[in-house]
This record gives sequence, structure tokens and C-alpha cells, in this order.
Amino acid sequence: MPLRTIAALSPVATGLDNKSSGGSAMIDRREMMKRAGMAALATGFGSANAFALDGGVTLPFDNGERSLVKVPQKRPMIGLTSRPPQLETPFAVFNDGAITPNNAFFVRYHLADVPLNIDPDKFALEIKGKVDSPLKLSLKDIRKFPAIELVAVNQCSGNSRGFSNPRVAGGQLGNGAMGNARWRGVPLKTVLDKAGVQAGAKQVTFNGMDGPVSDKTPDFVKALEIDHARDGEVMLAYGMNGEDLPVLNGFPLRLIVPGYYGTYWVKHLNEITVIDSVFDGFWMKSAYRIPDTPNNSIEPGTAPKATIPINRFTVRSFITNLADGAKVKPGTTALKGIAFDGGKGIKEVAVSTDGGKTWTPAKLGKDLGKYSFREWTLPVKLAAGAYALKVRATNYAGDTQPMDPLWNPAGYLRNVVETVNVTAA
Amino acid sequence: MIRLSLFAFAAVASVGLYSAAAAPVAYQLPEETAAYKPGPNLDVVKNNCSACHSADYVNTQPRGPKFKKDFWQAEVTKMIKVYGAPIDDADIPKIVDYLTATY
Repeated sequence: MPLRTIAALSPVATGLDNKSSGGSAMIDRREMMKRAGMAALATGFGSANAFALDGGVTLPFDNGERSLVKVPQKRPMIGLTSRPPQLETPFAVFNDGAITPNNAFFVRYHLADVPLNIDPDKFALEIKGKVDSPLKLSLKDIRKFPAIELVAVNQCSGNSRGFSNPRVAGGQLGNGAMGNARWRGVPLKTVLDKAGVQAGAKQVTFNGMDGPVSDKTPDFVKALEIDHARDGEVMLAYGMNGEDLPVLNGFPLRLIVPGYYGTYWVKHLNEITVIDSVFDGFWMKSAYRIPDTPNNSIEPGTAPKATIPINRFTVRSFITNLADGAKVKPGTTALKGIAFDGGKGIKEVAVSTDGGKTWTPAKLGKDLGKYSFREWTLPVKLAAGAYALKVRATNYAGDTQPMDPLWNPAGYLRNVVETVNVTAA
Repeated sequence: MIRLSLFAFAAVASVGLYSAAAAPVAYQLPEETAAYKPGPNLDVVKNNCSACHSADYVNTQPRGPKFKKDFWQAEVTKMIKVYGAPIDDADIPKIVDYLTATY
């Protein structure tokens, strides 16, 4: 079988085995330094500029200048970091339709040992721990189970962090660390049932082939409650919008946790462990926590008394066809956008052209499922003048969006009513 | 850049739709271009920070009076205590000083 090379110009040294084929989990430090050195060299001579394309974008917050970058399998994306890679979707993509194309879907890694050489024929998913029959499934085994498809939004916990006020440390993202795709795979329940979950099981942990550079760094492992893991909706996906997963979105298999933040959607998933305790790994116990308060927010600039793991998306909505500062002709303007929530489903989207005094319901687009982006449209009449257009969604549980932003120390859960300032002239 | 784009698009085409007979994939990330700004102890920063992440992790952080010495001290401490960065005690103030003075 020929090796498929998915390459960029002037590739850096790779030479990494993936973990499933028995290779080392760690890149050795010398290798990392070599890569870093090559990067420094390239920059030093100011010549080979393979990561950043000419031009860029400025996200609307201080220090928001970003390069547009081109990596294999992706169109030009907003580059947040290069190693480990983090790429944000240019916001205009969300105006093209409810489904986010694979080549525009955001990328977020935590740890720099990204699996770059993956042999799907050697890939194996282990299911172990408190199960009657530990399993080792090949990709072919997994594809033999009856497949399901589900349209679901994946959104980074830190999406929109750059707008936090006061600002907080972390990936300084605009609104592009989200996307909506049709995922194809098998329910996690199917696989867990086959392994036979034992009485007393409490949680299930998920580990992928990506890992840390240093064995002192906590590996990225996430956990779900056993009932959540067996709800029939949490799935193991090998397909995304009718194709294999892009490498940087978790090829060949990733966890899909509908309605939950992306931190749980473990990429390159190859290890599932059923446990009879509450998992206490760093990425659950210390990271990705939100205040344990009624709306998970606290007084800006303060510290929470108690925290819980981040979980479901808050309700969000966006105008996608007009950017802030846009000019339109006086008269009727057709507004268009998207809304989504953590899985109750969007019941209503309303638009205000007078800064939030009065609201008009928008027409909702095709319903692709309660975990999907829901498109909306609304024609509005704008006489000559300046307008603060606002959009607000409400879900079937009655949850909606706050007019003023909520705050938490990690900059998670942002869902303030968005405002787009336009001028009709 | 044009050559890069064509090559990349060709690669996407070869991945194609669901592959029944799957071939191994060798993905190559492009070179890094982000660099630390010039400043005091830059070598110390490069030696200690480059093993695990690129310079844009620092470059993109918020700026301003609240993001000076205390902020960077906390970040360096997090790298050591949480992520296990093997940084010599003597290097810690040099890194914090660089970050405070430069960003």
C-alpha cells in the first residue's frame, strides 16, 4: 500500500511513529529542539515562510493581529499557534451554510506530539478497565457496526476568549473556534455494550494518540459519566461530512459528544477505559473548570469558591452576512445568521435594530437536528442612519442569551447577545 | 505559496471520500514562522520554552498593565508546576524578566 503523503512545502523532520503501531509516545527533546531550531533558522533568514500566507486578519480585540496560514487539507485559516497547531475558522465561512466544510473546520491541540504518521490498517481502539471482555478493535471492526449519522456543533471551550473583559490568559480566539458537521460512526454505547460494562462503573475515560513532548506533562485524557457515555448519542466518528476525518480533526477516529464543548471530543481516539471512580487527571480535575454558580459566572476579576467540569454549550447566535462596520443601502436588508445551543434545540431567534429595545422573530431555516447550527433569516428595513443590530436566540428549555457578557476566569461559555454595527447610507 | 497550495490540494484529493482500503497517512506540518521578539535573556527563553510550544503562544497573550510581572510569573510557574517544564531555578527570573520587559 503506498504511503499517502499530505505535505506542505519544505516539510520539517517528522520521523514519528504513532502510538497505536507501538512507537514511542514521546518526541525526544533533541528532536523538538531540532524542529525549533529549523523554525528559528527559517525566520532568521526571513525566507521560507511556509506557515504564514501573505496578509492576515485582525480580530477585534487588542493584540488580535493574526496570520492567515495554509496547512495541508485546510483552506487558509486564522493561525493562533503553530506548535501545537491551533487554527481558527475565518468567520465569513459561517455565512456559506449550516455545515462547516472539513477544510475550514477549526483545529485545537493541547500537546505538541501530534500523530503525523497514521496507518489506518494498524490503528486499534482499546476498550478496557471495568468491562467483562476487553476489546481491541481495528478501524474495519468499527466500521462493521451499524453506522449512525448526527449533525452536531463542535465548539472550543475557549471560543471567543479574546473578548473577555477583563482579558484572561489562554488561546486568544475570536468567534471562529466552532463548526458544524455531519458525523458518521457508531454509538459509544454499542462498543461499551459489546465489552460488557461491569456493575459499579462510574466514568469512562478517553485518550488519543496525541500526547505531550515531556513525560512530565499530563497526557490529554478526558472523562464522561457512565450514563452519559451510554446515552446512544455520544459516538465514535470516522466520517465527517461524507469524508474521512481530516488529520488535524482527529483522523482516523474521534469522540463526538453532542452539545458538549470540544474539550471532550478526543481526537485520534485509541484508548477507552471504564473506571469505578471519578477520574482525577489534570485535564478534568484542574483544567476546563467553570464556577459552580447558577450561571457559571462570577464577578469579573474575582476567583470562584468552587468549580465543576465544563459541560454543555450555552445558547449562542450570530449575524453572519454583515460584518461589524458594514455599510448597506437604505431600505430593506436581508439579515442572515446561525444559532445553536447545548442540545435542547433552538426555538426562536429574534433580531433588534434599535439596540435591544424591540425584537422581531426571524424565520428559522431547515432543522438539521437539535445539536446543529440552525440558520435564520430576517429582512429588516433600515432608513439612512447608524444601527446596532442585535441577535438573540432562545432554546426549548427557555434558556437565552444575556445582554451583558458573563465572566469566568478561563474565558469560557461566552454567549452575550452579539452586536453588529452597520450604517445605512 | 502557489506551489504550496497546489501540492496541498492535490493531497486532499488523494484522501478523497471514505477510503475502504486505507493507506497510511504521512501528514507534514509546515515550518514554524513565529519568533520571540528581541529582548534580554532571549537565549534562555528559547532554550527553555521551545521544546513544547511555538513563540506565538506568548506573542498572542493579552497586553497591558495587568499583564506584566505577576502575570508572566504565574505563567512560568504554571509551565513548571502543571506541565512539568524542566526549567532551572536560576533561569526562572530571567524568563520572567524577558517576558515582562518584552510583552
